[in-house]
Amino acid sequence: MSSLVTPKRIPKFYRGNAACPGCPIPKELDVLLEVLGNKTVLVVPASCTTIIMGDTSGMPSTVPVIHSAFGAPAAIASGIVRALRTRGDKDVIVTVWAGDGSTGDIGFASLSGAAERNEDILYVCYDNEAYMNTGIQRSSLTPKGAWTTTTPEGKREYKKPLPFIIAEHKVPYVATASIAYIYDYEAKVRKAKQIRGFRYLHLLSPCPPGWRFDSKLTIDTAKLAVETGVWPLFEIENGEFRLSSVSKTLLDKKNRKPVAEYLKLQGRFKQLTEEEIKGIQEEIDEMWEEIKKLVKK
Amino acid sequence: MQVLKRKTLALVGNHAVAYAVKQSKPQVLAVFPITPQTTMLEKISEYIASEELNAELIKVESEHSALASIYGAALAGARVFTATSSQGLLYMTEMIYWAGGQRVPMVAAVATRAIAEPWSIWDDHQDFLSKRDAIWIQMMAENVQEAYDMTIQAFRISEDERVILPVMMGFDGFILTHTMERIEVLEDGEVDNFLPPRQFNLIDFSDPIGVGPIATPEDYIKYRYEAMKAMERAKGVIEEVMNEYERISGRKQNGLVECYKCEDAKYVFVTMGAWSGDCKVAVDRLRDAGVEAGLLKIRVFRPFPKEKIEEYLRSMKGVIVLDRAYSYGSGGILANEIKATLYGYRVPVYSVIAGIGGKDVRPRHFQKVIEDLINDNLEEERWLL
Repeated sequence: MSSLVTPKRIPKFYRGNAACPGCPIPKELDVLLEVLGNKTVLVVPASCTTIIMGDTSGMPSTVPVIHSAFGAPAAIASGIVRALRTRGDKDVIVTVWAGDGSTGDIGFASLSGAAERNEDILYVCYDNEAYMNTGIQRSSLTPKGAWTTTTPEGKREYKKPLPFIIAEHKVPYVATASIAYIYDYEAKVRKAKQIRGFRYLHLLSPCPPGWRFDSKLTIDTAKLAVETGVWPLFEIENGEFRLSSVSKTLLDKKNRKPVAEYLKLQGRFKQLTEEEIKGIQEEIDEMWEEIKKLVKK
Repeated sequence: MQVLKRKTLALVGNHAVAYAVKQSKPQVLAVFPITPQTTMLEKISEYIASEELNAELIKVESEHSALASIYGAALAGARVFTATSSQGLLYMTEMIYWAGGQRVPMVAAVATRAIAEPWSIWDDHQDFLSKRDAIWIQMMAENVQEAYDMTIQAFRISEDERVILPVMMGFDGFILTHTMERIEVLEDGEVDNFLPPRQFNLIDFSDPIGVGPIATPEDYIKYRYEAMKAMERAKGVIEEVMNEYERISGRKQNGLVECYKCEDAKYVFVTMGAWSGDCKVAVDRLRDAGVEAGLLKIRVFRPFPKEKIEEYLRSMKGVIVLDRAYSYGSGGILANEIKATLYGYRVPVYSVIAGIGGKDVRPRHFQKVIEDLINDNLEEERWLL
């Protein structure tokens, strides 16, 4: 019986980069580039990844990186792909790698424009649910109830439902993913790679300093987000909604862990009262009732 | 100089620039509609639909995305173009600086127009001149012919390996964009020879690089120093390119500045853009009346042709700078530049602010100013209200 041997693998995204301890971004990028291959261009707007990508002396990426202004990545990617395609280069995957602030706030118009034009790009939003690089300020994708430096009393508004908004643009592919379910994530990147037109992947990306949890608990936190139903894993392919991975088992409420388990792991929710936690639980249950309708379709 | 029977067309400014763009064969364009530029976008759309121009036109949702998308296309090796005006130019400002800082070849036509508030669709130069520090070469046309010529030249200058800078071609909103003139155009083959295919591509999978990462304080200033030097080198390249174009077209091109009857003049106007034509009429009338008047027309604003200006103006009895834009709390933008250039010379420089927001200016207004100067009756700065 041979022992399990971990094959020697050269990472596609080098270690020793400037990510914080416990940050999932380098691993998320490593997986992404492993599946997409070398003929990938990354377009990176102002975000944590701007820092992680190094400086004028070098970068951890093994593929070309185009840095972008905060609100411009979908437009820059549109230009790159049009130029490559007019040259006859059909294989290159032009990929935006953007945070939630760029995606849902400042770059939202540009993202919507690119989706409406069905540009041949893969847009990945790594969602750490606030402006983390500038020091934890709320974004439109910060969840209700979360503490940030600009919502010291907890955010009062809802998280913008970005995957559904993008799906309403009738693009060929929209999916959610999580670093805790790596095969599901890989499979979605693989599928997105084969599709032409605008593809959107939304990764929930737990942030230890921003969410106030111990840096060894990144995967546990990501996993609980899925198991409690806070972050459903799904894909919408040509308008057809499909739950994936463990989320397929969560339609029945009794299979979902209580949201309190997810919230209590994170310091950003510590000011929530039991009443408020109950309210959040009800909202999640309501969301799953909506998902049920989508699955039935 | 060749004497050729040139093909002539009657075109409004926007269509003349669109025609020059078609002949320059960009591969990727992105333009967002804004008055008074829009009819150019419409004409370009027609060229692409009819396959007279084989290019991708990205129909973006804003000017910010227009410049961002051609920036991406330019990095990937395409010849690129955009056009805008006023609020649109302001809205794309972040990306204007972005492209200038990264030193990416591209051409933007700016149909100059006043800036709101209050709303105005009429001409002045405030939009164009607000981009003077964005590391872009800036040229300004006097008439439809110049707008056509400069557009073709702009691609060549922008892509010259000694320069590698974006180029902005300004031409007055409505006054040129919507005025039909008879112009001479080059044959398509002549433009092909003048503009060889672009050799530039930063996306290399065998040697991947990061474009525009964080620069440490040690490095950042070096990038900017290189940009300053490129801008200085551009002066020579612009003259060279325009001379070559002059040989091909058989039409005088005038380089960085045009001197109109200023060699033996004692009093000189300094202008940019379309009203230079009205000013020439004023100069002719003044000459007829025995006044030794002249005009120095600034064709290239960035890089600012200090050496040429100094050469022409250093011994004048009086210089009147006509500005269609103003730096509030300071002075006329062109006037300030001319004063700085003539620092150390005993040349009186007067600033006249006129035509702001499209206010009509005629040759007689220019004549009046110079008559007041001769009669020792002109203030250092005068607004023609």
